[in-house]
Amino acid sequence: MMSEHTAKAFDVDLQELARKVAEMGGLAEKEIGDAVEALAKRDTALAQRVMAVDLSTDQLQREIEEKAILTIARRQPMAVDLREIVAALRLANDLERIGDLAKNIAKRVVALNGDFPPQKLIRGVEHISDLVLEQLKDVLDAYAQRDLAKALAVWKGDDKVDAMYTSVFRELLTYMMEDPRNITFCTHLLFCAKNIERMGDHATNIAETVYYMVEGRALTDERPKGDTTNIAPVPIRM
Amino acid sequence: MNSMVQVEQTVASHVGLEDTPIKVVARGVNVFYGEKHALHDIDLDIPERAVTALIGPSGCGKSTFLRCINRMNDTIPIARVTGTIKIDRQDVHDPALDVVQLRARVGMVFQKPNPFPKSVFENVAYGPRIHGLAASKADLEEVVVTSLKRAGLWEEVKDRLSDQGTGLSGGQQQRLCIARAIAVSPEVILMDEPCSALDPIATAKIEELMDELRTNFTIIIVTHSMQQAARVSQRTAFFHLGYLVEEGPTTKMFTTPGDRRTQDYITGRFG
Repeated sequence: MMSEHTAKAFDVDLQELARKVAEMGGLAEKEIGDAVEALAKRDTALAQRVMAVDLSTDQLQREIEEKAILTIARRQPMAVDLREIVAALRLANDLERIGDLAKNIAKRVVALNGDFPPQKLIRGVEHISDLVLEQLKDVLDAYAQRDLAKALAVWKGDDKVDAMYTSVFRELLTYMMEDPRNITFCTHLLFCAKNIERMGDHATNIAETVYYMVEGRALTDERPKGDTTNIAPVPIRM
Repeated sequence: MNSMVQVEQTVASHVGLEDTPIKVVARGVNVFYGEKHALHDIDLDIPERAVTALIGPSGCGKSTFLRCINRMNDTIPIARVTGTIKIDRQDVHDPALDVVQLRARVGMVFQKPNPFPKSVFENVAYGPRIHGLAASKADLEEVVVTSLKRAGLWEEVKDRLSDQGTGLSGGQQQRLCIARAIAVSPEVILMDEPCSALDPIATAKIEELMDELRTNFTIIIVTHSMQQAARVSQRTAFFHLGYLVEEGPTTKMFTTPGDRRTQDYITGRFG
């Protein structure tokens, strides 16, 4: 780890920022987990709680932004310190977006109230959410531990999320064709899956930010892409 | 993530040395003050028409190095300098070189404004006069006016040219010293913490001035303010304990320094 600043209060400022980002990360993880659980169990009350938690996530983002701006104004940070503060700002943005996407899933659960399609339809969404949660957890660990290898692994792992999204997309299309009564629910699920896939993209952004924070330069390689739904043929069975 | 890519490109395109001629070349410069070895084997290239900042904690040797360039260390009896410093391929320690002429080519501005106890006009006219740079009174007046204008002081002193230079404000006195330095058309201007005795407004004016002057002069500044170095210079050299630790484009030095000691210093972890 870095040695301490001559001005100890600067260290306290930076630690406080990192702590708030970690707290925000924890809330975002909880939002995802709860939103998908609410979806699986059709639990409207839990979905409502997710929406309430999202208010705290937004609040934390504002606090991180204020703290970061104040620290820049007060300390005129250089080099790694400046990157750390910029990273906190970026992470707060990505985590806020993740929270919003989770909230959107929760809203759909509320909207679906009373609709009881077969449980098997939800499996795919649960799987992709497990994968994204793991990506998010790993990238937040990478941030906390300044672990480049871990950040890179998350960055490279996004193609798995994309590939799984493609497969969920196909699966849901199949259910819709099997039974048109599934269409409303499956369309909602498709949006949920897309939301979760987007969360994965934010986890990738965070991985890039961690890399920048530690190395001082951007990750410039071309990232592997696994989402092929934009070119996937629609299976047609007559 | 485009913004990060752009930052990197900005840094890469700001290397500076390849496309700029070198004005001052230091090779193997050592300075001893009696027994004390103050500077160790300094190799440094200083680009022409740019601002080079020398930074580092107190006692790191940055001022000592600056003072080598116009042989100010000659005035200290126990000081001994080895190695070479060349300005346009001419060794400043060449015995055939007239040190008074050298100091006309290499002007200096000090930490505290030190105008002569003479009028504003005489402060600026003094150099050109003793170096015989003005053929007539009209010539001399023109040099004084031009220098005061270039130093951004003309508007403030044009009606009080016969007032005492020491009667000006601190920031004005410092700009008067800069006018005095540029009046003899030097090639290099050395500045030893020129803003440390000035308030923020006066500091901003000097920084603005440096940015204008660098189109005509090679400026080397010693500063304790990292922000100032980051703002005004194109290249930065970091000294520590008498060694040159690292030097490079300012944008790189203050964003992604290569050496741990540079990083610790610029981020306020020591010094």
